[in-house]
Amino acid sequence: MNAIVAQLTARSLLGRRRVLLLLLLPGVLLLLCGAVRLLAGSDTTVSIGVLSSFALGTVVPLLGLIAGAGSIGPEIDDGSIVYLMSKPLSRHSIVHSKLAVAVAVVTVVAAVPTLLAGFVMSGTEASLAVGYAIGAFVAGLAYCALFVLLAVITRNAVVVGLIYVLIWESLVGSFVPGAQVLSIQQWALAITEKVVGSSAGTLGLSSAVSFGTGVVLLAVIVIGCTWYAGARLRKLRLTGNE
Amino acid sequence: MILDNVSRWFGNVVAVNDVTMSVGPGVTGLLGPNGAGKSTVINMMAGFLAPSAGTVTLDDEVVWRNEEIYRRIGLVPEREGMYDTVSAWQFVLANAKLHRLPDSEAAAQKALNTVQMSDVKDRDIATFSKGMKQRIKIATALVHDPQVLLLDEPFNGMDPRQRIQLMDLLHTMGDGGRTILFSSHILEEVEQIAGNIQVLVAGRHAASGDFRDIRRLMTERPHQYWIRSDNDRALASAIIAEQSASSVELVADSRGGSGYSTTGARDTTAALHVEATDVSRFVRVLPQLAARHGIRLYEVSPADESLESVFSYLVTR
Repeated sequence: MNAIVAQLTARSLLGRRRVLLLLLLPGVLLLLCGAVRLLAGSDTTVSIGVLSSFALGTVVPLLGLIAGAGSIGPEIDDGSIVYLMSKPLSRHSIVHSKLAVAVAVVTVVAAVPTLLAGFVMSGTEASLAVGYAIGAFVAGLAYCALFVLLAVITRNAVVVGLIYVLIWESLVGSFVPGAQVLSIQQWALAITEKVVGSSAGTLGLSSAVSFGTGVVLLAVIVIGCTWYAGARLRKLRLTGNE
Repeated sequence: MILDNVSRWFGNVVAVNDVTMSVGPGVTGLLGPNGAGKSTVINMMAGFLAPSAGTVTLDDEVVWRNEEIYRRIGLVPEREGMYDTVSAWQFVLANAKLHRLPDSEAAAQKALNTVQMSDVKDRDIATFSKGMKQRIKIATALVHDPQVLLLDEPFNGMDPRQRIQLMDLLHTMGDGGRTILFSSHILEEVEQIAGNIQVLVAGRHAASGDFRDIRRLMTERPHQYWIRSDNDRALASAIIAEQSASSVELVADSRGGSGYSTTGARDTTAALHVEATDVSRFVRVLPQLAARHGIRLYEVSPADESLESVFSYLVTR
């Protein structure tokens, strides 16, 4: 990891209006949770529904996409990555630095708001807030790794990422149970389920994969995508205007 | 830096075709019309593009996928993209730190001084003109004092004063023993600063060597002219008799301009197409011939003075 690469990435990622985009979704999440608490009181079932479908199912993957793909994609598109690539730096170190920034951003704008949302809706009941915050963090880590890789290998990372999140995880996953096995959201939910403990089943919190499977698949996707992104960056073709 | 039988193709398109050249200390100009493959060659020399065939080496080290080579290479890319949310100082300093220089701040300050941007170093790059951005790009390439400096169309967007400054800088660096290679499609730019030139045309290495030799090749080539007069046939006979042209052709003017017939009446199609073998003699003799035969010349214009035609001629040599 390189601190200068991380600083430049953070300036680009949080610069101008992009930071407003990053703050929009957590703002909506917190407002929604506040409204739910006011209207429905402390209802665990409603809390699990909102945290599973909106926080873990929508906010985390979309912010993972913005932060992950946004940490390197625009630099590849406009050619400014040449200033990093023309240095005696390991390409893996560039990817690690960018991933670290993206994960830090997603932690701040997705995992922490998820924790707050859980507290707002159900306090400390059944460790829901902590469980979903940890789930949001690991999901954010996996989404960022996947979307950094997508941004390195394709100029259409955002479109491909949206197709994965909206079509595969949300649409196909809701109709085809088997599809949920290949869903970062479900892997993270398995960790949330573990943190919540034995009361998870009675509260209606269940994931499509076991805890062990979820951890292994998350590790495979994070390590695999990060390594492959570095390897592909070594072979990245930078061409001029010709 | 040596390119050994280097080719690069993109799908079915051959961008660079079997180029062999070596670039040594001093200033070398990479000259060629737009689309000739200059940027592709520079990207391969900078290690950002793998040759489809052949090798690119610096001091016998292959540059492709060799990150350590950037301790010795500085690159000024053609593309405009930069981290423009930071100030010039922050950006150049970041580049120095990425090279892990022992005194990054001093190196960044020296690079900014060299490109005369110290006065505005605290401004965001986003607020700079194209020429100012170009100078910041050069500062980032110079910050680690590289042995080899590659510049892709460095004069684009610069005003005349900035061009002169950059030319002086490249001169000084070249005289100091560094290897400088810059690409350009403008003959005069190359002529002013490059002792050596490499000419690329349509992906092929058309010529290389001392600029004066190349210039002589260019000027000694057969020159073609369009000529309009009030008596093209008589003028054609006179030119042939004078033996200063290898061919004279009375043709319809493909440019669609106006002309005059042998009777003096306006003719919208006729013109003489002349290929002169000895240019200096031809341009001296032509008005004398016209005067001697009482022919009025309406127009004498070069038919092949475009850069592409000059390059094309070099390719056929």
